[in-house]
Amino acid sequence: MPTFEYAPAPESRAVVTIEKSYGLFIDGAFTRPKALFDTINPADERLLAQVTQAGPRDVDKAVAAARRAFDGKWGALTGAERGKYLFRIARILQERAREFAVLETLDNGKPIKETRDVDIPIAAAHFFYHAGWADKLEHAGLTPAGGPTPRPHGVVAQVIPWNFPLLMLSWKIAPALATGNTVVLKPAETTPLSALLFAQVCQQAGLPAGVVNIITGDGRTGQALVEHPDVDKIAFTGSTEVGKAIARSIAGTAKKATLELGGKAANIVFDDAPIDQAIEGIVNGIFFNQGQVCCAGSRLLVQENVHDQVVARLKRRLETLRVGDPLDKNSDLGAINSRAQLDRINRLVDAGVDEGAQRWSPECTLPATGFWFPPTLLTGVAQTHRVATEEIFGPVLSVLTFRTPAEAVAKANNTPYGLSAGVWTEKGSRILWMADHLKAGVVWANTFNRFDPTSPFGGYKESGYGREGGRHGLEAYVTTSPRSASPTTGATR
Amino acid sequence: MSRLDVRKTYKLYIGGAFPRSESGRSYEVVSASGEFLANASMGSRKDVRDAVVAARSALRGWSGATAYNRGQVLYRVGEVLEGRRSQFVDEVAAAEGLSARAATAHVEAAIDRLVWYAGWTDKVAQVLGNLNPVAGPFFNVSIPEPTGVVGVLAPQGSSLLGLVSVVAPVIATGNTAVVLTSGDRPLPAVTLGEVFATSDLPGGVVNIITARTAEVAPWLASHRDVNAIDLTGAAGVDGLVWGELEAAAADNLKRVLRPAIAGNVAVEPDWSADPGLGRLRAFLETKTVWHPKGI
Repeated sequence: MPTFEYAPAPESRAVVTIEKSYGLFIDGAFTRPKALFDTINPADERLLAQVTQAGPRDVDKAVAAARRAFDGKWGALTGAERGKYLFRIARILQERAREFAVLETLDNGKPIKETRDVDIPIAAAHFFYHAGWADKLEHAGLTPAGGPTPRPHGVVAQVIPWNFPLLMLSWKIAPALATGNTVVLKPAETTPLSALLFAQVCQQAGLPAGVVNIITGDGRTGQALVEHPDVDKIAFTGSTEVGKAIARSIAGTAKKATLELGGKAANIVFDDAPIDQAIEGIVNGIFFNQGQVCCAGSRLLVQENVHDQVVARLKRRLETLRVGDPLDKNSDLGAINSRAQLDRINRLVDAGVDEGAQRWSPECTLPATGFWFPPTLLTGVAQTHRVATEEIFGPVLSVLTFRTPAEAVAKANNTPYGLSAGVWTEKGSRILWMADHLKAGVVWANTFNRFDPTSPFGGYKESGYGREGGRHGLEAYVTTSPRSASPTTGATR
Repeated sequence: MSRLDVRKTYKLYIGGAFPRSESGRSYEVVSASGEFLANASMGSRKDVRDAVVAARSALRGWSGATAYNRGQVLYRVGEVLEGRRSQFVDEVAAAEGLSARAATAHVEAAIDRLVWYAGWTDKVAQVLGNLNPVAGPFFNVSIPEPTGVVGVLAPQGSSLLGLVSVVAPVIATGNTAVVLTSGDRPLPAVTLGEVFATSDLPGGVVNIITARTAEVAPWLASHRDVNAIDLTGAAGVDGLVWGELEAAAADNLKRVLRPAIAGNVAVEPDWSADPGLGRLRAFLETKTVWHPKGI
């Protein structure tokens, strides 16, 4: 196969201005920076900015500001007016898209082509979609005709991960505001910058003070926020371990929660699959965002009779992937988000090899500084191997085989997770049968890793509960019971 | 000379059979006015585990049955219940201390509720599911699916209407259930098990355990093969803190339906109110399926 040289095609950093240090965004204004910690570019380990570690008193102030806004100006707005703020935000995100894309790539390490074509456009689309719901909630099928109007919970605490910083922010903030709640959001410790830029967007949109508050910090800040007594609802995306801790911490209270947690998705390829599309889907499924995706297709289940063919084609395809400077428009894979994450990937892959898996990566030169891991295949993986059961959250694909559809389903479902799954076959009835039997909140058939604001996302079993996006995603942000009256049922979380 | 009564033995209902508790324990059940009614089996942790196994085994068949079929079975349960109405009126009157007239109203409401839920089985997907207009060449549909095995703490007060009101929505959508009955008023539940057993409801879809709720509920809440739990019946049980059950349920992220709250206290819901869709929604997952469109 001929190889092509690519000249560097870096996106300009000039489009974005990063401050030296950032305070917290509380009650419509930035606080004075203090208790600073670094956020670095994972592609070269250079300092980008310093941000504030919010302590318990800061959390108090942010929650109090959100409460005042809820009880005050925001709570008094009509749905139509709320919606107009969201439309404004959506438009500003579109206008400043390149700025956000560059900033996100710098802070996260993911390729510019992903932030530019996926993260930022879909984030804007989430605000646009939810803007339209704000004055139509009584039509969302959440309450019977003539019943009570869906009402917001109040103050929502939102904690998001580092893998899709602005996109996860939009999944959280857009539905919360559309339904009339106010928000205190904590971005991940390693990727706070796009959320802080979003705070400026809120100012630019003229959003009333306190409706959105952004506080930065590590896990301690997140814990103080979700455990704050004046928080009515929690929306968390992150690890299953922390999700369980949150579920325990709200037990016996009136707090609600939605949890979007880990996954170990099976991507199932039958022998009659459209093989070229399947190869592209497998690659997209596990190497998109360096595999740091909760719904990544990290377990490839291939029908036994096409295993060798699929693996050979995958290897050929992986040899064409370009790993390098995330700001380069030609890069397919960027940097791993942090040293801690890189260590975890190394640990798990080593464990896989120790347990008997064969490791393969294409030849690629990784940059000398920064956190890098090459696209990796693990073949000969058994169901019991750690790399087949634990979430790696990296560009590592474990390959297993099956013989019958029933075996594929049994293996795919043999996990405490249930977030997503993929099926590749040209046989329509088999797709529908598989879709019925896979215990996963999202099933991609002959495609993978598709996201849309109208499409509900969320897991079964230990992948969490509640859905984000679509009509179903609104449910988590409203209460539908009558204001007083005698209770007819209890509440779900 | 008057005829000697043939008394009924009240046992558990697990996997379609009526075993005694493996623990060999039983307890005296008395009426609202304190008279002895019968001995009931005192279910144990092991009985709960056996019931979960039965519910898990029944799940594939019941969740895979057509919604039409589940509706037929639930309606059949209503029919059989109607045929046994006088027996239930007696048991409910004795358990709850109601007049015959009030007990009749409860039994009739329970039958009507079953019929109401029977009609929901093949409408839930239409009302709670939808096509999603994604921005791309894809077919995208969201459909509700049963959560799986659901632990149900049946209400302590309403021995039949309340029981039917919590069990019917769980099974209507294809879940299977492990039900802990009212501790003090368990007898109508056992008789309801007899109705289930003779109504084409496959064994294991509903499993009924009579027990001291405070003793057995924690085992159900912490069981790793239970997918969801309804804490309605935690209200009014001495020595049982529902928040502790919810915390135990977090170990495998069970879906939790909390008890109704009035003031700050768990209370039994008003079973005469329109139930709405809340109990159906509580034990459903939304699955979204994507497929490309093209030629």
